[in-house]
Amino acid sequence: MKIGKIYKISGPLVVCKGLEGARMYDVCYVGEEKLIGEIIALSGDLTYIQVYEDTAGLGVNDPVFPTYQPLMVELGPGLISSIYDGIQRPLDKIRILAGDFITRGILIPALDREKKWYFKPLVKPPLAVSGGDIVGEVKETDLVIHKIMIPPDISGELIELKEGEFTVEEVIGKIRIKDNIIDLKLYHKWPVRKERPYRNKLPPKEILATGQRVVDTFFPIAKGGTACVPGPFGSGKTVIQHQFSKWADAEIVIFIGCGERGNEMTDVLIEFPKLKDPKSGEPLMKRTVLIANTSNMPVAAREASVYTGITIGEYFRDMGYSVTLQADSTSRWAEAMREISGRLEEMPGEEGYPAYLQRRIAEFYERAGRVLALGKPEREGALSVIGSVSPPGGDLGDPVVQATLRVVKVFWSLEDKLAYQRHFPAISWLNSYSLYQQDLIEDLSKKVAPDFVELSKEAMVILEKEAELLEIVRLVGKDTLSPSDRLILEAARIIREDFLHQNAFLEIDTYTSLKKQYEMLKICLYFYERAKKVLTENKLTIEDIEKLKVRERIAKMKFVKEEEIEKEISEIKKELEECLK
Amino acid sequence: MFEIKYHRKISEISGPLILIKGVEGAKYLELVEIIVGEKERRFGQVLEVYEDKALVQVFEGTRGIDLTETKVRFLGETIKIGLSKDILGRIFDGLGRVRDGGPEIIPEIEKDINGAPINPYAREYPNEFIQTGISAIDGLNTLVRGQKLPIFSGSGLPHNLLAAQIARQAKVLGKEEEFAVVFGAMGITFEEANFFIDSFEKSGALERSVLFLNLADEPAIERIATPRAALTAAEYLAFDLDMHVLVILTDMTNYCEALREISAARKEVPGRRGYPGYLYTDLASIYERCGRIKGKKGSITLMPILTMPEDDKTHPIPDLTGYITEGQIILSRSLQRKKVFPPIDVLPSLSRLRDKGIGKGKTREDHAELANQLFACYAKGKEAEELEVILGEAALTELDKIYLHFAEEFEKRFVSQGEYEDRSIEETLNIGWELLRLIPKEELKRVREEFIQKYLYPKE
Repeated sequence: MKIGKIYKISGPLVVCKGLEGARMYDVCYVGEEKLIGEIIALSGDLTYIQVYEDTAGLGVNDPVFPTYQPLMVELGPGLISSIYDGIQRPLDKIRILAGDFITRGILIPALDREKKWYFKPLVKPPLAVSGGDIVGEVKETDLVIHKIMIPPDISGELIELKEGEFTVEEVIGKIRIKDNIIDLKLYHKWPVRKERPYRNKLPPKEILATGQRVVDTFFPIAKGGTACVPGPFGSGKTVIQHQFSKWADAEIVIFIGCGERGNEMTDVLIEFPKLKDPKSGEPLMKRTVLIANTSNMPVAAREASVYTGITIGEYFRDMGYSVTLQADSTSRWAEAMREISGRLEEMPGEEGYPAYLQRRIAEFYERAGRVLALGKPEREGALSVIGSVSPPGGDLGDPVVQATLRVVKVFWSLEDKLAYQRHFPAISWLNSYSLYQQDLIEDLSKKVAPDFVELSKEAMVILEKEAELLEIVRLVGKDTLSPSDRLILEAARIIREDFLHQNAFLEIDTYTSLKKQYEMLKICLYFYERAKKVLTENKLTIEDIEKLKVRERIAKMKFVKEEEIEKEISEIKKELEECLK
Repeated sequence: MFEIKYHRKISEISGPLILIKGVEGAKYLELVEIIVGEKERRFGQVLEVYEDKALVQVFEGTRGIDLTETKVRFLGETIKIGLSKDILGRIFDGLGRVRDGGPEIIPEIEKDINGAPINPYAREYPNEFIQTGISAIDGLNTLVRGQKLPIFSGSGLPHNLLAAQIARQAKVLGKEEEFAVVFGAMGITFEEANFFIDSFEKSGALERSVLFLNLADEPAIERIATPRAALTAAEYLAFDLDMHVLVILTDMTNYCEALREISAARKEVPGRRGYPGYLYTDLASIYERCGRIKGKKGSITLMPILTMPEDDKTHPIPDLTGYITEGQIILSRSLQRKKVFPPIDVLPSLSRLRDKGIGKGKTREDHAELANQLFACYAKGKEAEELEVILGEAALTELDKIYLHFAEEFEKRFVSQGEYEDRSIEETLNIGWELLRLIPKEELKRVREEFIQKYLYPKE
């Protein structure tokens, strides 16, 4: 085997000589400690390697060992409830091996090699099989049935399939491909930078309910959709990402902590096993895969972490599940690209980011989608991707924000002004948008009510008018407004404070079903409608309306339990009719 | 024994960097000893190696270094400092060498100042309330043990007074535990350093403090190592000796400037305002070293102080800091003008870990909701104040006037307090409720009815 020699070291970038024949994106082991790296450029006899571990202590002429394999992830039972670093090393096992601090050169397989899984075949050999066919299943957790599929690039004849307890390395079956016979195991490997194949992409049509009122009602995301959450620090990006991964209506959740805080990952690790899935009552951890590459962990692994995450996401999508992937934050990923690009001395584009930034971001988000999966039985899977972006100074002109907005369909704009007023989630209702709302009308009218989308549009008109009126108030004061304009202000205030404002840390308020959202919104609008009527009929003055007691009751409706909401709403309605006669 | 090998092969000097040619086996980030003239020893660190060349940053600066006479030696290891329990009560320079004239430390252990990242899986979530005795922090932007909470300040604002007050008063309720302060100073003036030493001495905290000082007239490049040395000492005290450590780093702006100087000398592609593109990663490698670890008694709580150039929060240093730290305490010049001390602007200030550290059993059941209500009311008061400035008092509604009055009282009674006033959390919360009495009851939407009953007009 060829062994290369280090020629230059600059931060996470190592240049070596003597590795002729190596290919782009092959994995290499660098130095005596065998640090993991990936080839990112080739030039003459020089090979450029980004190293996924701290390079301190490496020296010129240290050896580099090529593997001639691309960076791959292991896909099989044992993924769920795991916490991995950016290149799929299990952090819990690293701790057992190396202690509380992450040291270098640790090689641990991603999937537990000891654990036995009960495999139940679903087909009978002999059988012609091709990539994606489901041959059996493993009950991985109480929430996840792990479908065992034929790896995408294999087709042949299944000649043997066993039932029973197996580790991931044990052979569960055999496949004849022409004259060769290969083993089938519970897991297979897949290169992270290569999109997993599917039969067809399908347009989005179903809502991904998140339980967050401002999102579901005004800016919904579809299953298989893409969204981004940009905002300055302190505006609540991470809380929103956590809320999605807790409550989004998905079967599998992949959470990538990309260059963010260590304590946030700990928070997820502590919270998720405690939180119960609203549908099954099981801990949320039983459907979650975590990838943690915190800001102080090696920068190059940050670059890999989003690919590791999305490949795992695609794998579960292929089983026919609805998967959501949260990446917090894609800016750190882009910064990692920038750092490596700078060390490669490439010609920089905007703000020092590499010229291929936009392409990379677009390619990443394009891996989302609702698809018809490969193989039999026919099934649909969806992978939704939500990325947060942390633009410097909250400036939306940032290249990463702009590149992201060009590909995603939903934009939740976080504003620090709202955050200062402690209006959370601090999603600006004026700047945000969702291009899925039209696609979802059918689904929403079936799932919630035919007039749900209409109501949300009506409410938005009120909020938009409020913004215009507030301009006037700022210039000439509130007294100059006509009573009907003042009523709009009052109605908008109710929508803002009593509907949009949602407390993620309050058990009763953290998740709202679509049904309850509909009822709440309806009552807010009903108030406006009734009040407008009595105002035009001169039965009450605007001052009277602004003092109505019933407003307090509307304000408290978010604290009413899901089961009791209908009763409460009809009572509020009665009270409204009573006092706005 | 092997012969100590000195090179005389410096081929280039540029700013704080020297390029050495003809070396074999130089390691990345290795420590380098440089002998200038007859016997002056300086230290440097390898920033880049290629072929037979090594690029070295010299901590003490390159003044006096020449191409022919100056000798260099590669020490074969990264920068380490020797640690033992005796570091408590001592003062070191920015590279961790004794500077108070006392005896050398006899090390129990040597640690690499660059540390290693804490495994996220090994972290324990910070959720123990630290009472600082300062209402604006305890009540609204609560500090939690293991948190990193920076103070964003500006030149001329009393961030040092505030930091010293926190160092004096910080305690965890109901517990007597071993507590230490590690103080890292980068490029601050002698007077500022002296103020801290004095303040620690007076309160008796000096003997449980470790100080790393790099003053304004001392080598700028040394500042790169100072916070790392300080945090290495803190990690030792916290995770080897089970102590609760508060680390104060001041002033991070000077640190970042030193980093920029090196980056410029290396002719790197600059990011915003000339700071290197890896500023975020570099700052994270400092800030993320604080926290708690499962199964360990000790903890590291970090309060970096930085002065925002032109009070601009979007400047890269505060901006990137805010993205890494768990909140920020922002000092405001307009409050300072109103003679409010500490001039903490509570609205843009934030403690991300607040909600995990407060509530029943930790502070008081009503704490979270009261804090939200105070924020909301103060924000409205501030809006009314803006309105008044533009349109005059006549344009305000009755309610606006009430909120305006609330905001004034809030600044006077809640935010403002004496430099030596140590308020208990009970006192802080009660002042909050007293202030809420100024607001009509139906406006109090962020607090539960039962708390209003219980605390707004408490029965004695």
